[in-house]
Amino acid sequence: MKYIDEYRKKDLILAVSEELKKISKKQITLMEVCGGHTMAIHRFGLHALLPPTIHLLSGPGCPVCVSSQHFLDTAIACSKIPGAIITTYGDLIRVPGSVTSLEKEKADGADIRIIYSVLEALEIAKNNPEKAVIFLGIGFETTAPATAAAIVQAKNENISNFFVLSAHKVMPPVMKALVDEGVKIDGFIAPGHVTAITGTGIYNNLAAVYGLGVVVAGFEPVDMMQAILMLTLQLESAAPKVEIQYKRIVHPEGNKIALGLLEQVFEQKDDRWRGLGVIPASGLKIREEFAAFDAEKRYLLTVPEPSDPKGCICGSILRGQKTPNDCGLFAGKCTPSDPVGACMVSGEGTCATYYKYRS
Amino acid sequence: MNPKEKKVLLSHGSGGRIMHDLIEDVFIKHFKNNILDEQTDAAILPVDSPEVAFTTDSFVIDPLFFPGGNIGKLAVCGTVNDLSVSGATPRYLSVSFIIEEGFALDELEAIVKSLAEEARCANVTIVTGDTKVVNKGKCDKLFINTAGVGMVRKDDRLVGKAKNIKPGDVIIINGTIGDHGMAVMNARESFNFKSPVVSDCASLNHLIREVLDQSPGVKFMRDPTRGGVAAVLNELADKTGLGIEIDESALPITKGVLAMCELLGFDPLHIANEGKVLIVADTDEGDHILEIMKKNDLGLLSAIIGRVTGDNAGKVVLKTETGGKRIVDTLTGDPLPRIC
Repeated sequence: MKYIDEYRKKDLILAVSEELKKISKKQITLMEVCGGHTMAIHRFGLHALLPPTIHLLSGPGCPVCVSSQHFLDTAIACSKIPGAIITTYGDLIRVPGSVTSLEKEKADGADIRIIYSVLEALEIAKNNPEKAVIFLGIGFETTAPATAAAIVQAKNENISNFFVLSAHKVMPPVMKALVDEGVKIDGFIAPGHVTAITGTGIYNNLAAVYGLGVVVAGFEPVDMMQAILMLTLQLESAAPKVEIQYKRIVHPEGNKIALGLLEQVFEQKDDRWRGLGVIPASGLKIREEFAAFDAEKRYLLTVPEPSDPKGCICGSILRGQKTPNDCGLFAGKCTPSDPVGACMVSGEGTCATYYKYRS
Repeated sequence: MNPKEKKVLLSHGSGGRIMHDLIEDVFIKHFKNNILDEQTDAAILPVDSPEVAFTTDSFVIDPLFFPGGNIGKLAVCGTVNDLSVSGATPRYLSVSFIIEEGFALDELEAIVKSLAEEARCANVTIVTGDTKVVNKGKCDKLFINTAGVGMVRKDDRLVGKAKNIKPGDVIIINGTIGDHGMAVMNARESFNFKSPVVSDCASLNHLIREVLDQSPGVKFMRDPTRGGVAAVLNELADKTGLGIEIDESALPITKGVLAMCELLGFDPLHIANEGKVLIVADTDEGDHILEIMKKNDLGLLSAIIGRVTGDNAGKVVLKTETGGKRIVDTLTGDPLPRIC
């Protein structure tokens, strides 16, 4: 397949692997921020191709993993509103809230539909004018512009039964928060698709102020290996900076149309992250001008303040301070089929990955 | 009324004359055979082996018609294949229909016709059946259950049981993976992919019989349906306590399935098949079995995709095309498209 095969060439990957083994002298820890990167690393077995000096740490960039329990509880409360249709991306439905999950609510009769694009939710709203269609907006700068576009379209077409429950998040505050908290990272493998929207300006401080390497990477194995090589070269020569590996998609200035949509519809708010707590200015809420489409404002749902599951150490794991083996729930009370914490929820979460590889 | 607009009514399941007509005009018309013609409450079956294999499966699929088949054809293939991978020669099937009130009669007949055709291809006889009609909303259009009986020869009775498997044994599949799951999903969801993906839905009994008759090397067989190749191999690794290593570059897979999986974030190893058999065989017999399989239309793309290993006990490991290795796990539930 074009744009895939050329980035999976074994000889290229092995050549980069050899080069890394030659030049890597310092012990370095690189965080791959995006869930898509974590997935690629495991899918293509890249760990086995790295020298022992290079450590990879999974970051908080899996939108499903970081969606807070409070958000899930609110979404579940939405599903109980008479006449509501909940529309959601598929991998959210198994994520546990405080007492139940969307999957369990669906089994109990709630109208919960998996969609592949937010525009499908708009179509469902048009076809069911007597129902309230609530879209669960999750994801970073990659998915948020599509949600913004749908809200603008709903306004232009006077679709009055379409609502968004926004848990959209932005990336820079959480990356900065992790470093501020003292997580030991030498460089970031930065998220390719987020940066395609935002541009690279968001990382300038990480390099200039914190002295961290940043390379924006694509999602194929050649991309990932090349990005690791670029970071290693930066760190070996003690010259951290912001570079783009994923040049076929990412431009330094980002996508102005998408950024315009984000700015038009959303404003930043302090937001909850599963396992990490509240991070200032890390979430996106719908601006007053579009309040008619804001499910939170329309339904004024309040759910009890959830407490973190007892014994769960996901926060420390997401910060790279502990490993799943340090957790008393791991592989006992907390498994992929019955997850307790964020890191076990998504197949790409750190705990789920450890679970797969446990001996 | 235009016959195309005729619907199944509750009275079609009432036991009265209308039901009798449905049975005669739709079911008997297509299934006709000597045993069924007796119209007894239970079929009396001649058998020619000391042991028989017996299995049952229920079919609920949305949509009922998909590229490469429909629920009727699937209901035969599924049960025939379950018997075949157990080493049996499929002989008799029962068929039960649970129909939602209001279901179009012409669609029902199309499904029954396809079911009968597949039974003829597989050389199995439909010997008994049942029909129920339920109120609208009490089932989703049409559910079918088939049960099957097959004859078992002494030599073949162990092939479903994974005995005598040892490191070095080869793992063979008869063609491309993931076609059924992706074809059905593409037909059901609103992707609007102009995809050429077609279900592999097929009865494998003739292919499997050819292999068992011509090679003594088969140690285990299983059809990788729901959960895909990954589920069967993990079950095997678990059962034997041995490791399994799969070679990604050897996996037969169509471009269409690969493209859909890339877009949706699925692993083809987790996607359902309905016309595939995984065979574990003695390494010395691997090439011979491959040769036998490739002579059958359902085995043209047969390939040795991996081996049983002494290390990685209880685990399935994939050697990736890019030179890495990863564990292939069983899915927790249905594959869900991921957001990023």
